[in-house]
Amino acid sequence: MINYIWMVTLFPLIGVVLNGLAGVKFPRKVTGAIGSLAILGSFLTACLIFAEVLRLPAAQRTSEVVLFTWIACGSLLVNIGFLVDPLSLVMLLTVSGVSFIIHIYSMGYMAEDEGFRRYFTYLNLFVFFMLILVSANSFLLMFVGWEGVGLCSYLLIGFWYQRRAPADAGKKAFVVNRIGDYGFLLAMMLIFVTFKTLDFSTVFAAAPHTLESGGLAVTLITLLLFLGACGKSAQIPLYVWLPDAMEGPTPVSALIHAATMVTAGVYMVVRCSVLYSLAPLSMDVVAIIGCLTAIYAASIGLMQNDIKRVLAYSTISQLGYMFLACGVGAFSAGIFHLVTHAFFKALLFLGAGSVMHGMAGELDMRKMGALKSKMPWTYWTFLIGTLALAGIFPFAGFFSKDEILWDVLQKSTVLWAGGAIGAFMTAFYMFRAVFMTFHGESRVDEQVHVHESPRVMLIPLGVLALLSVAGGFIGLPLIEGGNRLKEFLVPVIALAGHGAAAQHGAHEAGFEAVMMVVSLGVALAGIALAWLMYIKNPAVPEKLSERLSGLYRLIYNKYFVDEACAAVIVEPVKNGSLFLWRACDNKVIDGAVNGSGAVMLRASRILQRVQTGMVQGYALGFVGGVIAVLYIVFAM
Amino acid sequence: MGIEAGTVMLGIIGPEVVLVVAALGLMVADIIIKDERERQFLVWIGVAGILGSLAVSASLWGREVAYGFYGMVVVDNFSTFFTLLFLVAGGLTLLMSHRYVQERKLSPGEYYTLTLFATCGMVLMGKSTDLIMIFLGLEVLSVSLYVLVGYVRGSDKGVEASLKYFLLGAFSSGFLLYGIALLYGATGSTRLAEIGAAIAQKGLLGEPMLLAGMGLLLTGFGFKIAMVPFHMWAPDVYEGAPSPITGFMSVGVKAAAFAALLRVFAGSLPGLGIQWKEVLWLGSILTMTLGNVTALMQTNIKRMLAYSSIAHAGYILIGVVAGGETGTTAVLYYLLVYTLMNLGAFAVVVAIEQKDEKRLELLDYAGMGTRHPALGAAMAVFMFSLAGIPPLSGFMGKFYIFSAAVKEGYLGLTIIGVLNSLVSVYYYLRVTVMMFMKEPEAEITPVLFHPSLVVVLIIALFFTLQMGLFPSTYLHIARESIKIFL
Repeated sequence: MINYIWMVTLFPLIGVVLNGLAGVKFPRKVTGAIGSLAILGSFLTACLIFAEVLRLPAAQRTSEVVLFTWIACGSLLVNIGFLVDPLSLVMLLTVSGVSFIIHIYSMGYMAEDEGFRRYFTYLNLFVFFMLILVSANSFLLMFVGWEGVGLCSYLLIGFWYQRRAPADAGKKAFVVNRIGDYGFLLAMMLIFVTFKTLDFSTVFAAAPHTLESGGLAVTLITLLLFLGACGKSAQIPLYVWLPDAMEGPTPVSALIHAATMVTAGVYMVVRCSVLYSLAPLSMDVVAIIGCLTAIYAASIGLMQNDIKRVLAYSTISQLGYMFLACGVGAFSAGIFHLVTHAFFKALLFLGAGSVMHGMAGELDMRKMGALKSKMPWTYWTFLIGTLALAGIFPFAGFFSKDEILWDVLQKSTVLWAGGAIGAFMTAFYMFRAVFMTFHGESRVDEQVHVHESPRVMLIPLGVLALLSVAGGFIGLPLIEGGNRLKEFLVPVIALAGHGAAAQHGAHEAGFEAVMMVVSLGVALAGIALAWLMYIKNPAVPEKLSERLSGLYRLIYNKYFVDEACAAVIVEPVKNGSLFLWRACDNKVIDGAVNGSGAVMLRASRILQRVQTGMVQGYALGFVGGVIAVLYIVFAM
Repeated sequence: MGIEAGTVMLGIIGPEVVLVVAALGLMVADIIIKDERERQFLVWIGVAGILGSLAVSASLWGREVAYGFYGMVVVDNFSTFFTLLFLVAGGLTLLMSHRYVQERKLSPGEYYTLTLFATCGMVLMGKSTDLIMIFLGLEVLSVSLYVLVGYVRGSDKGVEASLKYFLLGAFSSGFLLYGIALLYGATGSTRLAEIGAAIAQKGLLGEPMLLAGMGLLLTGFGFKIAMVPFHMWAPDVYEGAPSPITGFMSVGVKAAAFAALLRVFAGSLPGLGIQWKEVLWLGSILTMTLGNVTALMQTNIKRMLAYSSIAHAGYILIGVVAGGETGTTAVLYYLLVYTLMNLGAFAVVVAIEQKDEKRLELLDYAGMGTRHPALGAAMAVFMFSLAGIPPLSGFMGKFYIFSAAVKEGYLGLTIIGVLNSLVSVYYYLRVTVMMFMKEPEAEITPVLFHPSLVVVLIIALFFTLQMGLFPSTYLHIARESIKIFL
């Protein structure tokens, strides 16, 4: 079965071909069914492979499946091949599983949209590239997936390209991502120069004895890779595109900009854990950037009124946690949080989509309130997602976040404190969102007829809610052998050798239990504060914003980062481009091009006249040719 | 040498035998079947002949080199490669002609018979090892085509083209024959192997008679591949001939002449390389440049494709001049690629053309792409491939030709070649622009798709893409084919 790994990626591609090329006349039901079944096919194949791998002993769980040679050029040899190991399997299962649920949901959410077919084609194409990304066996093939998901992200953010904002947001996402991709490319070239290959297995096997630990080469490679990860996973300073990406359809935000694509950076760092553990400096950078992003994005989330933007900043913040985990060497904790986050964040986005659906597209939480009774299903599932994200026992997010914080504490108290502050803010803004949307007094416009969503949308919510409750049990702390995910990932992570995660083998169960209570307390405090401000005394937020108007404005406007970027980067580049366009391009280059074109056309007109149509003339030319040939032959 | 003196060895000319039998069968069936509608099925006899011949020649691949008919013909991978290429070209031409012949009420029997004979002539040219045999193959091919070019008897252009082709063809055959005579005079043989041996043994390299003979031979082949300045017939003949035949000529005749050219010059006269390479070097530059530049102003699609095919002969000549393993391999690969993409383009032309030579102007293509997206997309692929844009096979073909030239030190030639293909983008893209971005002036009568034509389009499209994406198999075949020259 393992040898059929390529089928996992084949199914979505079939979906793309069927819907994209042949599907003009398909009815919507067929289009949606094809799209969803394609992903189901991938998911089931991945499950079968997973079952088979589980039966193998831990040491034999890594294998490579090479399909054919893709590029053979000098010493560069790249195959189209797949790497089947615990890490890629976890990713394959998460990606295809969550994608399938979101495809189902989309059938209801997008039912009325004109671009239904285009939507499913893009979505399937996205899944195809995402699966390539997580299962590739070389940096280059991974890069193909990496660029592919970037393209699909662009296409789907700008899905409603007729409107200005989505089109702009798509462009912004694409351009910002290019910066990261540039880092990835440079890293890849460095890797090739150093190792003469781009295959994961060869590079990672050779790394410990080829590279000097902490040396320049490995530090540079890992930092450049991290730049790529920052772009894709929206970390400081390349996070600016993700909030704007919310202009896309909500299921897209759930799938691409919460559950899967944005986690590609985390996956890549974990995949390269061998390299990172050789570069302590890079590890510190990853941890610090992750921690800063976690706090920073959470602080912006405190003041957003747009429900999707709250979730977007929350995503950035949670990605920060994952990088924080990777940075302290707790790679498996990062992947654990990636998985649980995929469940509950997809759930929250789909819940927000359900609210939008019921309120005719309204996103502003100030115009909501008291939706609890009108949309009970959405409310309860959203609440579960919120509890999971806030890190309340026994929901999934509790276990994964707690594991991260525990691992961070082993390394640095400062970083732990940062993580804890972030967790506090997370609990606060998420419950603020719940209270503003579902509780309190209704501020809904009278014309809006609020209604619960159709079943095709509610069932996916239910499934994701179940996963958000149960998902944490794949990695139970404290109990010996309880952390099954970590154990499963050992063959991949262990290559990283002396990572911090491997170190604290001596389980200080008592201390860890205390820390669990602490982090739970932090989350509960955040919830309590939200309750005080938005349920008990709804006047407090306004008073507070008046008292601290400077700080309020700063955070409300997202620290003016977009404005600063526009002034420092965008405007100068634009002016420079305008100059080059008008002075160089229009005059010099176009002049040369048009000039040579005109010369050619004139020459053509002259040469045309030689062709008189008179056969005598042709024969004469022939004889001339014969003489010329004989002349050359004898002259040489 | 392994020449089987006295034996006939029918197996060696198996593909030709099948073709001729099919052609004779066609003639007989043409007489027996009276009903006009039933006679349209005659094409399938031709196609069956081609398929049978394909099977026979495919079985000859990879065999040991075998001579037959007193060393007049040979079966080696080189000849098998070209046999397959000609058969593919001939088969696609038959399919392309199916509706063309039907619609214009042309007599189908002779048309298909002559196409088969022309194919047979090409096959013979590809496997001749004797100058007389090459000449015979050439004449079999030419005489069939003289008739086919003027097959639409009511068309003034067609008759004019036929006459011009005949006059100039006879003229050039005279030169070719004279060249053969001079070579015979200088070396005492018409066998390629013996000519080569005689030059080496007797030290004839500077012999004037030999040089003159070789020069005249070059002009004869130059005529067939439409090398400047022996190209003048091509635009007029290509424009006047029935469109499927134009397609056939532009790929088949050209490839046959290149096959013979390679066998004679690269195979037997490498010692005179300085002289003939000089001629072909200059010829290549003139051919590319004149072909491309003149194509810019053409308004008739067939005329434009005629100039385009002249230009492509120029590119291929670069490979011949470069020579060596890479150059010759590139030539064979390019001929294969060119055959499929150019026939594809002609299939689109045939699809769009209407009776009485209507809808052959570029302006008639306006709006075709929006009206028939699949047809437009196919044409776009062929045009992009002819222009040499990756990842299509036309790009890979040019890439291998140019890289061979660079490797052999012909940098100037390469630069001129690249600049030329830049110029060519203009007129190729103009077709696509017309099809997709221009509104038609009047309502378009829809294109009627005939199943045979659709088959041609699909085959050509598939290989144009496939040979570009996965060139290694074809390069391997080409490399195997030219082993005899190394």
